[in-house]
Amino acid sequence: MLATSRAFEANARAGLANDNLQRALALMRTGFPQRRRLAVERLPEFEVLREIAKSIKDHTLEHLDFYLELFEENVLASGGQVHWARSPDEACAAVLAICRSVDARIVTKGKSMIAEEVGLNERLEKNGITTVETDLGEYIIQLRHEPPSHLIAPAIHLMKEQVAETFRAEHLALDPERSLAEARQLCDEARAVLRPRFLAADVGITGANFLVASTGSSIIVTNEGNGDLTQTLPRVHIVMTSLEKLVPTLEDATTLLRLLARSATGQEFSSYTTVSTGPRRPGDLDGPEQYHVVLLDNGRSALLGGEFQDMLRCIRCSACMNHCPVYAAVGGHAYGWVYSGPMGAVLTPSLIGVAEAGHLPNASTFCGQCESVCPVKIPLPKMMRHWREREFAEKLNPPVYRAGLSLWAWVAKRPALYHALVELASRALGWLGRGRGRFRTLPLANGWTAVRDLPAPEGRSFHSLWAERRNGGTVK
Amino acid sequence: MSEAREQILAGIRRSLKRGRLDAARETELRDRVAAHRRNLVPARAAALDDPGRVDLFVEMAEGVQATVARVNSPAAVPEAVARYLAAENLPADLVLAPDLSLDDILWDARPLLRTRRGRAEAGDTVSLTRCFVAIAETGTLMLISGAETPTTLNFLPDTHIVLVYADQVVATYEDGWDRLRTDGGMPRAINFITGPSRTGDIEQRIELGAHGPRRLHIILVDDRQKATDGESK
Amino acid sequence: MRVALFVTCLVDFFRPTIGFAAVKLLEEAGCTLEVPRAQTCCGQPAYNSGDRADAKAIAVQVLDGFEGYDHVVVPSGSCAGMIRVHYPELFADDPAVLPRAERFAPRIWELVSFLVDICGMQTVDARWDHRVTYHDACSGLRELGVKDQPRRLLASVGGLTLKELPGAEICCGFGGTFCVKYPDISDKMVSDKEAEIVGSGAEAVLAGDLGCLLNIAGKLHRHGRRIEVRHIAEVLAGMTEEVPPIGLPR
Repeated sequence: MLATSRAFEANARAGLANDNLQRALALMRTGFPQRRRLAVERLPEFEVLREIAKSIKDHTLEHLDFYLELFEENVLASGGQVHWARSPDEACAAVLAICRSVDARIVTKGKSMIAEEVGLNERLEKNGITTVETDLGEYIIQLRHEPPSHLIAPAIHLMKEQVAETFRAEHLALDPERSLAEARQLCDEARAVLRPRFLAADVGITGANFLVASTGSSIIVTNEGNGDLTQTLPRVHIVMTSLEKLVPTLEDATTLLRLLARSATGQEFSSYTTVSTGPRRPGDLDGPEQYHVVLLDNGRSALLGGEFQDMLRCIRCSACMNHCPVYAAVGGHAYGWVYSGPMGAVLTPSLIGVAEAGHLPNASTFCGQCESVCPVKIPLPKMMRHWREREFAEKLNPPVYRAGLSLWAWVAKRPALYHALVELASRALGWLGRGRGRFRTLPLANGWTAVRDLPAPEGRSFHSLWAERRNGGTVK
Repeated sequence: MSEAREQILAGIRRSLKRGRLDAARETELRDRVAAHRRNLVPARAAALDDPGRVDLFVEMAEGVQATVARVNSPAAVPEAVARYLAAENLPADLVLAPDLSLDDILWDARPLLRTRRGRAEAGDTVSLTRCFVAIAETGTLMLISGAETPTTLNFLPDTHIVLVYADQVVATYEDGWDRLRTDGGMPRAINFITGPSRTGDIEQRIELGAHGPRRLHIILVDDRQKATDGESK
Repeated sequence: MRVALFVTCLVDFFRPTIGFAAVKLLEEAGCTLEVPRAQTCCGQPAYNSGDRADAKAIAVQVLDGFEGYDHVVVPSGSCAGMIRVHYPELFADDPAVLPRAERFAPRIWELVSFLVDICGMQTVDARWDHRVTYHDACSGLRELGVKDQPRRLLASVGGLTLKELPGAEICCGFGGTFCVKYPDISDKMVSDKEAEIVGSGAEAVLAGDLGCLLNIAGKLHRHGRRIEVRHIAEVLAGMTEEVPPIGLPR
């Protein structure tokens, strides 16, 4: 997928000015966090499970080569195939080859962020294969030619009127008299339109929330049932996934599953959690004849052993973005690529480079909400800070900013000088602001005063006053 | 393809600053996997006795908009199905799983119920299946695919009825895994179903029946309990 | 208990009264208080900008000036968090300084949590007849667990009633340099905070971090809201007569 992360500031401004988006985000802000909190309250062991989940993932990552080989062994033993892809191009090529081998015309897709990452739909379409997104949110944005704006709710940025507008424009068989005013009606319309596509598909592509090494299984976690129809009805099921989705055993997957839905939507468990292992068995009446796993690297192996390894624990729950005040202000499209919110701020620079995506880890107050709700305890602010360190080391910050920081630090290392300057400045600014107690505008402070007043200092510095009281003997 | 495989594995080892794990370590890890130890299991369901577990299952399932009818014996099942379909204004047309255990149900007791055995097809509106186990912890049904248990029955029809016997109610997912392992190898698909299909993709408003069944109806056969289906109301 | 006050750069420059309120509260709690002269800043601006070298240099200065004390108290969760939580991280690759940072970390405290958790303060003598609401500054809350302590002490202030904000724990949008690097986003965040404060019907809003308070006061006053913004220490120490609310003239 083409990135516009470089234009984060402009994207963010557009998001802030978008009334529909702001209304949609307001719904999200009260929805997800509240539901997650209730779910966490209902499970006393939640905190302990977070720590266990973190250690399961860490253990797996430390031995990822072993678990990948074991996974492959078991996929093959159950009659499936594994395709290793170093790059987006190799991943797309693998999928294309499979599709061609069965003369596929129509491909249905369950939600897959890996597919977004590698630009799969575009590649298939270019080769004459129709791709049909079946997750309701993904379907809507496919019609609108938009990228997803959220990890699990791709169309979260839209209000229902916008969805209705899109259906009216794209669903040619839709009777103009039929009401699409309510979510219920929109869902029913999508259900009716997509059902024949499910049945017509030659190949079904899903993602995977987890891969289980001990059994060679992939696990999808959905609510709609589209992932299951996608993988069960066609002749071929392709799982598009990445290296770090692996866990050792079914029991390990279970522990993570206990955290996933609760962290994501506040559900105890999703409506459909499906564990798939290989193609249909002899005697089965349904199920795909072929089962393929496309394992994408695309930079993940390079993150191991380094300061971003913790990011590979991510189970794609979206709790971080659901609780992020920056995401809640600008929406997911501002981030300019597949992954948004705090996890996007950390992952995107590692996948597309910090020169392209440098704004993302900078646009954070480090409030720490994300880290506090991450089910696998990824220290997201810390890793955003690592990106800032890389940028600083590579001199990617604006020169004025660097100079200012340098100067300030130079003075701060010299307390006597610092105190003298602070006293001087507080006297000057305190005097200037004594009339109103604050400034509407101030030279060099435009970033602040553009949107808020700057309170005036009291007029003396603490240290000079303290020195006076010590020396002057006036007891406080 | 295998060049990619070798490069990826080599890249992983390079990042982790080591070579391939030695044989001893690999054996350790394989043993760890084979032992498939349970991690911490929440106390919620695990601490309950049998009737308590069944009650929790029902409570959790109803909490996610499944409907539950309790009957005293298998003989009451056709009646319960017919009554449910009538109440929901659904045609008395069912596709049943080929599941041999459903042979024990005397469907002929309700001759107006038209039944077919097999997988689901495009036009089917109601399906009826058994399940492998029912998990009390979250009101979750665990269904496994097989020659007698096609998974299309779980997803294609609008209404999915699941027949559960009380002794199938287990506390946790881990109990399900343990039972599955004694049963043989992994099936092609294991569906953990917790309530009917739903989506919140439009303005965060939960709507049931996105692509999968709109209705999930559970008929629980429990000879210890007073029947709840159709009684005293 | 030999206690030192780490004033913080913002308190030093903008609002010394907060420092004096801290002194008063600590002395009332029985501490022997000193204010080491060789202090400027905790180094967080450099640290969060990715400038580890400058951050380390400033941090060493802090260690030099303060590690001799039993406790170091800071009227800011942000600065206290920097020292307690982040200094060990900052020196993780520096075996010479790391032990000092690790030894020092447990001795640094945000002011209100120190008064309640270490000094055992349950009540204050102050009186302030105001309907008040409270903003939980992020670092204090999430890095240091400062949540109940301010509320406990505010409950003892005569005439003060506390109305909770639904989003008390949501970031105000200050974030150090964030508020000037991404002013539009910061504006949205502080506007949301403003809307909640106004909607609460409170006459005053308090917090434990001057950065947040400058941000919130700046926004409220830009819109002409007649809501008093103060640091909680000013109220607890009964010093609200000594200095006008933040952003208002004498």
